[in-house]
Amino acid sequence: MTRRLDVLVCSGAACVSSHSAAVRDALFREIESSGLSDEIRLVETGCMGPCELGPVMLVYPDGAFYVHVTPEDASEIVEEHFLKGRPVKRLLWEDPEARRIVEGKKQVPFFEKQKKVVLANCGRIDPENIEEYIAANGYEALGEALTQMAPNEVIQVITDSGLRGRGGAGFPTGRKWQFVASATGGTKYVVCNGDEGDPGAFMDRSLLEGDPHAVIEGMTIAAYAVGASRGYIYIRAEYPLAIKRLQIALAAARKAGLLGEDILETGFSFDIEVRMGAGAFVCGEETALIASIEGERGIARVRPPYPAVRGLFGMPTLINNVETWGNIRHIILNGADWFRSIGTEGSPGTKVFALSGKVQNTGLVEIPMGMTLRELIFDIGGGVPNGKRFKAVQTGGPSGGCIPEEFLDTPIDYESLKELGAIMGSGGMIVMDEDNCMVNIAKFFLEFTSDESCGQCVPCRVGLRRMLDILKRITSGNGRMADLDLLKHLGKMIIETSFCGLGKTAPNPVLSTLKYFHEEYREHIEEKKCRAKVCTDLITYHIDEDTCRACGVCAKNCPAEAITGEIGKPPYVINEEACVRCGTCLEVCPFGAVKLESGAL
Amino acid sequence: MQRLLERYPPAREHLLEMLHDLQDQNPQHYLSDDAMAAVASYLGLTLSDVKGTASFYSMFSFAPRGRHIIRICASPPCQLLGATTIQAKLREKLHVAVGETTADGAFTLETTSCLGVCGVAPAMMIDDEVYGNLTPERIEVIIDKMRREDEAS
Amino acid sequence: MKLEDLRKIREQAAKGLSLRTGEARIKVIVGMGTSGIAAGARDVLAAFLDEISKRDLRDVMVTQTGERGLSSSEPVVEVRQADGSVIVYGDMTAKKARRVVAEHIVNGNPVSEYTIEVRTE
Repeated sequence: MTRRLDVLVCSGAACVSSHSAAVRDALFREIESSGLSDEIRLVETGCMGPCELGPVMLVYPDGAFYVHVTPEDASEIVEEHFLKGRPVKRLLWEDPEARRIVEGKKQVPFFEKQKKVVLANCGRIDPENIEEYIAANGYEALGEALTQMAPNEVIQVITDSGLRGRGGAGFPTGRKWQFVASATGGTKYVVCNGDEGDPGAFMDRSLLEGDPHAVIEGMTIAAYAVGASRGYIYIRAEYPLAIKRLQIALAAARKAGLLGEDILETGFSFDIEVRMGAGAFVCGEETALIASIEGERGIARVRPPYPAVRGLFGMPTLINNVETWGNIRHIILNGADWFRSIGTEGSPGTKVFALSGKVQNTGLVEIPMGMTLRELIFDIGGGVPNGKRFKAVQTGGPSGGCIPEEFLDTPIDYESLKELGAIMGSGGMIVMDEDNCMVNIAKFFLEFTSDESCGQCVPCRVGLRRMLDILKRITSGNGRMADLDLLKHLGKMIIETSFCGLGKTAPNPVLSTLKYFHEEYREHIEEKKCRAKVCTDLITYHIDEDTCRACGVCAKNCPAEAITGEIGKPPYVINEEACVRCGTCLEVCPFGAVKLESGAL
Repeated sequence: MQRLLERYPPAREHLLEMLHDLQDQNPQHYLSDDAMAAVASYLGLTLSDVKGTASFYSMFSFAPRGRHIIRICASPPCQLLGATTIQAKLREKLHVAVGETTADGAFTLETTSCLGVCGVAPAMMIDDEVYGNLTPERIEVIIDKMRREDEAS
Repeated sequence: MKLEDLRKIREQAAKGLSLRTGEARIKVIVGMGTSGIAAGARDVLAAFLDEISKRDLRDVMVTQTGERGLSSSEPVVEVRQADGSVIVYGDMTAKKARRVVAEHIVNGNPVSEYTIEVRTE
C-alpha cells in the first residue's frame, strides 16, 4: 500500500492549548483501526497560523484546511475524507467574503433578458457526449415524429408555427418544406447551410460546436417530412472544431441507431455527410452552395427553378440554415402555439444574435423577436465602453445596413429592420461608436463583397468595383458631391439587375450610410474632413508646440523618419508629406503632445 | 497520393475534399500541378477543369507556402478593435508582407475574412488553431512559442 | 434501438448526470468553444486536470462544453456542486484555475474576484 495522504496537525502553542494533542491522538487511533496506517502519515507541525481557528490541520495532497477540529470529529474525518475521499465540509475553513458572494446570488445582466431555446444546450452539455444530449430530451422529437406523426402533419406543425428561415431571407420554413414534399424526383436531399460568412456572425459556429445533435435531429425530422433519404451539412473550412464535433456526433448518432438505416427501428432511413467549403463567401448563397457540393465553382444559378424543385444533382432539395434546423425539435416537442407565443406575430420565436464591436459584452445572445435594439445593445450588451458615444449598429452583414441612434427603439423583427433599410440577416450585430467612420465602414463592406463576387454577372462584378472606386476617392479626399448621386444610381442598378441575392444586397451598406450619415460623406468631400479621424488621407498628425518637451521619443519611433528636432529644444516637428499616419508618435508620446486632426486644411 | 485519392469514390462531388486532403498533406501547404493532375486523372476530368475549379476557392494555394499558415482576420469587427495594428506587428515580427513566406519557410502571412470569433476580436488562425484577444505582446509570445516548438521537433 | 429504449437511456443518463446521486461531489465544466479556445481555454483545462490529479481529488469531475455566449469573459468555467449551486468564473487563466482548485474545490471557498455569476439549479 503506497502512502497517499499526509495529514499535518498543528502543534503550535495556541493549538496545543486548544487541545490539538487530543485531536492528534484521536486521529491516530481512528487511522489505525481503519487499517489505513500504511497509507496515511500523521505529522505534527509547528504553528500553521491562524491561531484563532485552532486546532487546525492540513491534508495533503488535496490541500483541505480543517479548523476548530475536536477529537470527536476524528472518526468522521477518517471515514468520510480519508476512506471515501469526501472532505468534511462543515470543518473546512470558510472565508466570509466567499460566503457573501454565494449568498448574494450574483447575476450577469447579459443572461437575464435572454430566452435560450435554440442555444439551450450550449454551455450546458458536453457536445461530444450523446448521452448528455439525450438526457436533455434529445431525439425525443424525432421519436415522436417518426412514431406518432405522418409526414404531412410534421410539415403542418412547422407551417403553423410561423418559423421563418434564420439565414437572413426569412422565408417561411413550412412553405419551403411543402414545396420539397410536393416536388417529384428520384432522390430528395436535405441540406444544412453552415457557410456562415457574414463578418460579425458566429451563431451557427457556436451551435454546431456546442450542440451538433440539435442540427442532426432537425434535419432528420425534415427528411422524414419531405421524403428525403440523404443529407449534407456544408460548413466553412474556417470552422475546424465545428467540423470535428459534427463528425463525432454523426458517428455517435449512427451507432445509437438514431441516424442511418432503419432509424429507431421505424423503417425510416436517412444519413448525412459533411462537406467543407474552401474560402468562398458566395457559397453561402444556396445555389452556389449546391454547385460547391457538386464539386463545381461556387457560382450562383438561375432561379426558378428553385432548389426545392431542382437543386442538388438536379433533385428536389430542402436547404435551411443552421439556426433554422436548431428550432425544429423544439417546435415538434412544444407545438406551434408555443412557438407563436414567443416573439411577434410576423416574426415568431427567438433569434440568435452575435454582438461584436464597440460593446461591453460581446458574444452570443438569444432573444425573443420584438425586443428593441436599445435593450439588446444597452441592457444585454452593456452599452458602449470607455465612455464613448454610440453611433450606429450594423446588422445583416454585407447585405445589411447601418442603423443610427434615433432608431434604437425599433423592435427587432424582419419587417421593422427592412423598413429602416437594414435587414435582419443571419444575426451579426456590429456596434460602432464615435471613433468609427461610416464612410470607411461602407468601403470595408464593399471591399469584401467586390472581392467575394463570383464574377458571373456584370452588375456585381463590375458595378461593385465602380462603387468601390468612388468610395476610395471619397476617403482619399478626391470625391465630388456628384459622386453621391452616382453611388445611389449604381446601387439601385446593381440591386435590380444582379443575378443572385448577394449581388442584389451588396449595395445596402453604402446606401444605408448615405441615407443616415450623409453629413459625414459631405464632410469628406467638401471639407476633406473625417470627423472620426480614421481615413488616413484626411488626417494629419502634428505636435503641439506648448506641450512638447522635446524628449525625442516620437522621432526615435517614427517608422518613416518624418519627425525632426533637437532634444531639449521644443518643439519637434512632423513633416506632413513624409508622415505615413501610423499613429505611433501619438501612442508613444509621454506628454500627450501629439494631436490628430482632420479637415483643418 | 493515390491512396489518398482512393479513399473517395471517383465522383466529382468529392473534388473539394480531395483537394483539401492533398493540400494538407503537402508540407508546403499547396496544390502542386502533379497533385491536380492526379485528381484530374482519377476523376476523369481535364487538368484545366480541376485547376479552374480549385482557383475559385481562396483557401487553395498554387505556390509553395510555409510550414505554418497565419491567417489574420481582415473583417470589420476585428478592424474596429485593432486588427490593423496586429497585422502591422506580424509584418514587422516576421519581416514579410501579406502573402509572403518567411525566409526560413516557417510562416506564411495571409489575410482572411471573418473567422467567426468576433467576441474575442482581434483574432487570427494559425493552421487549425484560433487565437483571440490579440495584442502586440501576445503576438510575440505566440510566434516565439511556435518557433521553439518547431525547433524541438 | 426503439423509442422506448431511447427513453430508458434518457432516464439512466439523467440520473448519472445528477450530482446528487452520482459519484462526483463537484463538476468542473470548461467552456471549449472556439471563442474560449482562442482566449486560452486549453491552458485552463490543462491546469485544472493537472491540479486535480496532483491533489488526487477523486470526487471531482472535469468536462467540457460549448459556448454559453459571453465571449468577452472567455475563458469561462462553471463549478457545479452537489447541492445544486453553480459558480461561474470568467476571464480564467491557468494560474487562476489552480487557485480555484485550492480555495474553492478543496476548501469550499469560491474565489469571489473571479466570480461572474452565481445561481442555483
